[in-house]
Amino acid sequence: MASNGGFQNSGYNNDRPPSSTGSGDADVATDPASSSFFMNDYKKHDDLKQMLDTNKDNLKLEAMKRIIGMVAKGKDASDLFPAVVKNVVSKNLEVKKLVYVYLTRYAEEQQDLALLSISTFQRALKDPNQLIRASALRVLSSIRVPVIVPIMMLSIKESCNDMSPYVRKTAAHAIPKLFSLDPELKDQLIEVIEKLLADKTTLVAGSAIQAFEEVCPERIDLIHKNYRKLCNLLVDVEEWGQVVIINMLTRYARTQFVNPNRDDMIEEESEKAFYGSDEDEEKEDKEEEEDDKPKKKPYVMDPDHRLLLRNCKPLLNSRNAAVVMAVAQLYYHCAPRAEVGMVAKSLIRLLRSHKEVQYIVLSNIATMSVKRKGMFEPFLKSFYVHSTDPTHVKLLKLEILTNLGTETSISTIIREFQTYITSTDKEFAAATIQAIGRCASTIPEITDTCLNGLVRLMSNRDETVVAESVVVIKKLLQMQSTDSVSQPQEHKDIIVHMAKMAQDITVPMARASILWMIGEYSDRVPKIAPDVLRQCAKNFINEEDIVKLQILNLAAKLCITNSKQTKLLCQYVFNLAKYDQNYDIRDRARFLRQLIIPGEKAGAFAKYAKKMFLATKPAPVLESKFKDRDQFQLATLSHVLNTKATGYREIPDFPEVAPDPTVRNVEVPTAWVADTNLLAQKKKKKGGKVKPAKKKSFYSDEESEEDEDEEEEEDSSDETDSSEEDSSEEEEESEEEEDEEDEKPKKKSKKVEDEEDEESSEEVDSSEEEESSEEEDEEEESSDEEPQPKAKSTKAKTGATSNAAMLLDLDFGSTVANPAAVGKSDFLMPVLAQDMSSLSLGGDTGGSTTVTAPSFIPTKTYELLNRITGGGLSITYRFTRTVSIFSEKMASVELTLTNSSDKPVLNVKIGDKKLQSGMEIFDFPEIGNLGVGATVTATMGINFADTTQPATFDVCTQEKKFSVTVKAPVGEQIQPVNMAENEFDKQQGKLSGMNENSGTVDMATENTDIKTISRRVYEVANVVQVPSMQDNTYKFAGKTLSAGALVLISVKLDGRKAALKVNCEKMVIGSMLLKDLKDSMTKKD
Amino acid sequence: MIHSLFIINNAGDVFMEKHWKSVINRSICDYFFEVQSKAATPEDVPPVISTPHHYLINIYRSQLHLVAVVTTEVPPLFVIEFLHRVMDTFEDYFGDSSEATIKEQYVVVYELLDEMLDNGFPLAMEANILKELIKPSNILRTIANTMTGKSNVSGTLPTGQLSNIPWRRTGVKYTNNEAYFDIIEEVDAIVDKSGSTVAAEIQGRVDATVKLSGMPDLTLTFMNPRLLDDLSFHPCVRFKRWEAERVISFVPPDGSFRLMSYHIGTQNLVAIPVYLRHNISFREGSGGRFDVSVGPKQTMGKTVENVSLEVPFPKSVLNVTLTPNVGKYTFDPVNKIMVWEIGRIDPTKLPNIRGSISLQSGAPIPESNPTISVNFTINQMAISGLKVNRLDMYGEKYKPFKGVKYITKAGKFQVRT
Repeated sequence: MASNGGFQNSGYNNDRPPSSTGSGDADVATDPASSSFFMNDYKKHDDLKQMLDTNKDNLKLEAMKRIIGMVAKGKDASDLFPAVVKNVVSKNLEVKKLVYVYLTRYAEEQQDLALLSISTFQRALKDPNQLIRASALRVLSSIRVPVIVPIMMLSIKESCNDMSPYVRKTAAHAIPKLFSLDPELKDQLIEVIEKLLADKTTLVAGSAIQAFEEVCPERIDLIHKNYRKLCNLLVDVEEWGQVVIINMLTRYARTQFVNPNRDDMIEEESEKAFYGSDEDEEKEDKEEEEDDKPKKKPYVMDPDHRLLLRNCKPLLNSRNAAVVMAVAQLYYHCAPRAEVGMVAKSLIRLLRSHKEVQYIVLSNIATMSVKRKGMFEPFLKSFYVHSTDPTHVKLLKLEILTNLGTETSISTIIREFQTYITSTDKEFAAATIQAIGRCASTIPEITDTCLNGLVRLMSNRDETVVAESVVVIKKLLQMQSTDSVSQPQEHKDIIVHMAKMAQDITVPMARASILWMIGEYSDRVPKIAPDVLRQCAKNFINEEDIVKLQILNLAAKLCITNSKQTKLLCQYVFNLAKYDQNYDIRDRARFLRQLIIPGEKAGAFAKYAKKMFLATKPAPVLESKFKDRDQFQLATLSHVLNTKATGYREIPDFPEVAPDPTVRNVEVPTAWVADTNLLAQKKKKKGGKVKPAKKKSFYSDEESEEDEDEEEEEDSSDETDSSEEDSSEEEEESEEEEDEEDEKPKKKSKKVEDEEDEESSEEVDSSEEEESSEEEDEEEESSDEEPQPKAKSTKAKTGATSNAAMLLDLDFGSTVANPAAVGKSDFLMPVLAQDMSSLSLGGDTGGSTTVTAPSFIPTKTYELLNRITGGGLSITYRFTRTVSIFSEKMASVELTLTNSSDKPVLNVKIGDKKLQSGMEIFDFPEIGNLGVGATVTATMGINFADTTQPATFDVCTQEKKFSVTVKAPVGEQIQPVNMAENEFDKQQGKLSGMNENSGTVDMATENTDIKTISRRVYEVANVVQVPSMQDNTYKFAGKTLSAGALVLISVKLDGRKAALKVNCEKMVIGSMLLKDLKDSMTKKD
Repeated sequence: MIHSLFIINNAGDVFMEKHWKSVINRSICDYFFEVQSKAATPEDVPPVISTPHHYLINIYRSQLHLVAVVTTEVPPLFVIEFLHRVMDTFEDYFGDSSEATIKEQYVVVYELLDEMLDNGFPLAMEANILKELIKPSNILRTIANTMTGKSNVSGTLPTGQLSNIPWRRTGVKYTNNEAYFDIIEEVDAIVDKSGSTVAAEIQGRVDATVKLSGMPDLTLTFMNPRLLDDLSFHPCVRFKRWEAERVISFVPPDGSFRLMSYHIGTQNLVAIPVYLRHNISFREGSGGRFDVSVGPKQTMGKTVENVSLEVPFPKSVLNVTLTPNVGKYTFDPVNKIMVWEIGRIDPTKLPNIRGSISLQSGAPIPESNPTISVNFTINQMAISGLKVNRLDMYGEKYKPFKGVKYITKAGKFQVRT
């Protein structure tokens, strides 16, 4: 097949018209690999091509069906590639689908031609039909052509923001495909994965985790934030996703929680180590609180750990065996010992499934039963062997039965074994005898019974049975004699019996065992042993090698103990062995001779021959083959194979001390505000379920009214409100955090929009409807603490001495005035909100950001009215970058009016306005009297409607009218927004193409530090820096005042070069801003 | 996860291959053939085979080996379950999953395989969703399609894929609304020589065929739900309600599906519906005697039907000459298996078969007697005593036709002699 493929590549890559296949035929004929059938096939291809070239859909379909038939049979159809690829644009869905199937199969071999189809997929990615988008992405990502890697990356990035969860699922599947094609992209892909992990739909969850497992399983930190969400969604995820998620969470649990069984193991120690000493106490305080554990109790399970176990339990009733097994292994590896037992029943149920399932389940049970006998004891009879079971199943059942044997149950087990010995399946019968041996060795009570039984088996007609019994008896005797040296005469009759059989048994292993035994216990049968040796010596040359070695051993041992009778025999045997064909035997003979029959040059060792040969040997240990299997995680391929499979990840040991559990709290304010924003938007989209802002939350009506005046200033009290909100939210996530909260002074300042007030009340409403049991628990917990948070939030606020320090007093007042603000329902809110949001569908996240305070306020002023033209009245203006009190869409413009004339100017106000459509001006209050030499400032609001058009209006005094224009640089029409980096990247990914403006600037070396860069950016635009993980990349975010379109700026430094990128939906703003930024960056200080 | 799939028939012919990632040459199957040649029967092929670079996970069903190739660590049950689900889907689509059917329907098979997995990870496995994506072909539709130029492939995403009940398609309409439930119980038992039960358990399942319009919400209650303590549900069943109220509440998929299956373990007392009286002996030289009779017991007055016995004789047996008083028997001289088809047991005339066994000359007499597998069906009875109390429907106005059927069958019912 390979050679055919090669030849066709050479023949057809040139896109030769199908008619001129003459030379191709000749090639085929000379190709030795192509038989005559291929000739026929080849001619067939010709008519297939014709069919594909017609414009009749049914002919095309017929042709495609036949081609798929070839693909399915594994016949080479790659020469049809050019003809097929053309049909990728076909309107007929089935043709298209089959073309897709064909493409994914052959694109790798015909990379150049495959590129022809790419544009079709790119177009399809924009199709309004989600199925078409998804299948386009599927095929695009399945075409393993390295050239299109960038396109794939782009498509994946786009698709993971798609509205349709189905498309996002496909995007998740595409990630590992791309990763396998180009592992260099890992970092970028991790970002995408992070985004998908945060997805709230059950459809995406499984696939996202699968992508995570394939690309970056080591980045367990990405899971923290999604952990609770995953646990809660688990039941609703499709079964295949459940398996993957549970496996991942098992690993997660092993790294993040402490061993639930550690009390059993190190109770004393842990007491001391963790809670004993006073010095430690303080250090442990935090952790203890976090774990929510009362001090007396040594171990209380982390609530998150419990959450996982509890949410997985119903899945034991899944119809999917893989899910049940996944839960079983989770319990085995992560649950307290007492709870593991309940998985047994479900595993037993699986035993009735297909035989393949049975095999896997049994091998897992075998491992479990080594350590946890009790678990499966009640189900002993379920492991009884049916004669129709496949051999491998029988052997596993036998193994389990042996493992489960105890003093009480052993008699029934042995009775059952007895019927197995007669099985026609000899492999199984032999294994049964070994199993009996193991039972006998582990349960001393039955050893004698077993021995007797085995001796009886030696008279069995079947040779394998006899041989196996001999071997097992040998082992048992050896063990017994080591145990009880005091009774040398024990089992003499057995040995005698076996010695008698020595000549009748032909199975080499059994013969060897008997000989070894006689040699070892020759003192018990002093009369018989030499005779056995005599008989063996007679037949020495005809024996198997393994038997010969034992004859030599026997001879040596007898010679030591009874040299009078056997020395000659011994010499005879040694001589025979000297000329044996096998060098091992020759070697052994030479070695033994030196020790046993020392010549003149006898070595010093000869004296010790007796000690060497007749030392007590350690007894072999009969143990389960599955004893060490639990080093592998259950339910894995490695476990079944008992070797490490490629890509197997060790199951980590529990940590001694649990890592910080607070990482799982979803408390990053931006994150959850973003989520709720999302939720609100979603709700709005769904038909305006949003209720009119019932001011039920912290923001009571009175408060906001009261505050209104202050708000006019700059950072309004909303800001502190928001920090209050933050702190209280976090507190009720888990009270343990409070201490930490206090320590961390809150630096976050936020402007919360009215919209959010709406949302927060909305959250309360909606979340009340959907309280899951988990949340109820939290509610109980938190309600106990009810009075506390009030104080705490106040405390937290004390910490919140940021740029709003002067508003603190007022804030205190408002909190105290609104005790309801920390009422129970509010108190619960954020957790619920977060859970709610985790349930909602992810979607477009246009404004999932919060407006924040400007990082920099420019002092640059512009002239509005010249002193000369204004007749002594001069006006300058500047942009204060605060949110206008008049409307959030307006930029605040601060006017400074100076009267430099010699008489007062009266009644200064705004007159006629000549504005572009969409623009608005909010007048400053009329200034009644501007005295001589006086300077007054006034603030007005202008909505520039995101254009660079100037606002023209008249400034009137009592006497005159001056027409003035205010022009706002684009940077001033932006307000800063807080967003997380991943959000930034996501949005940036969306605003690509036309919406992206980029450029490079050379900068002075001294200007390349972050401070200068951010200062320069801030001078130009009212944005805020986004904390970024990447080195040398600075990111800034804002949104336009009027339309709220996101403005994203990123500066990537490379030495003195800085790559600037501005992403904005408004292309004009983007390009203008880029120009301004370039100017600013390059200018000299 | 799953890299490739090869479907191999009993003759060792790889007649279908499908790759979800890069192509793996079918020579990988040689490893499989090697293991297969060592196995005594196709069932004995171990499900997991390790090769230097790949792992082959295979199932044997409908005389076909499905060999999945994986390259990295994966839960083996995941793959096995998937392969069985693939076969289930074929059976659902085409009625059976034999080699002939698959070859005949290769286009649909291939489309299905393509739709089921993406990059080796299941994408759409629900029967209802698949059926909307790729319509099962039947004669009527084939004709209609050729006339109208439509195809079996759907152009829109099935609504189920996005809903929270992915198993049910929307817009279902029937003129006759009906819901049938079959309660099928299989008895697994091992009976020893003396006729006492060594182990017995019941594996039960409730298979439903629901053809109801709209979005019905059904509730099935049992008279004695306490019997069920270990069970698995179709994803449509609301587990919380079962836990709390012991009722099965669900929005059913459209068509046939397995609602639940349950297991009644060895701890419980299981009634054994038939007994065997047997006398099998081998004697040196003359061969042996064979005498078996079957009788009903604990059947609650129901007749035992479709009874058949399968006796795998030892390899040294040459032939058997038997005379049954009811039914007829066949002996396969290659596999040495004797099958006696009895049919219905008439309690007044107990079925009996007797005759002589001839052994190969010179062969030693077998040391053990064969283990007899028994098959039977009992209609109108669930051996565990499970009974449906009522079926209620909510959410739709019409009155559906409801039916419940009970069947008890033999599972692995073996009598040691």
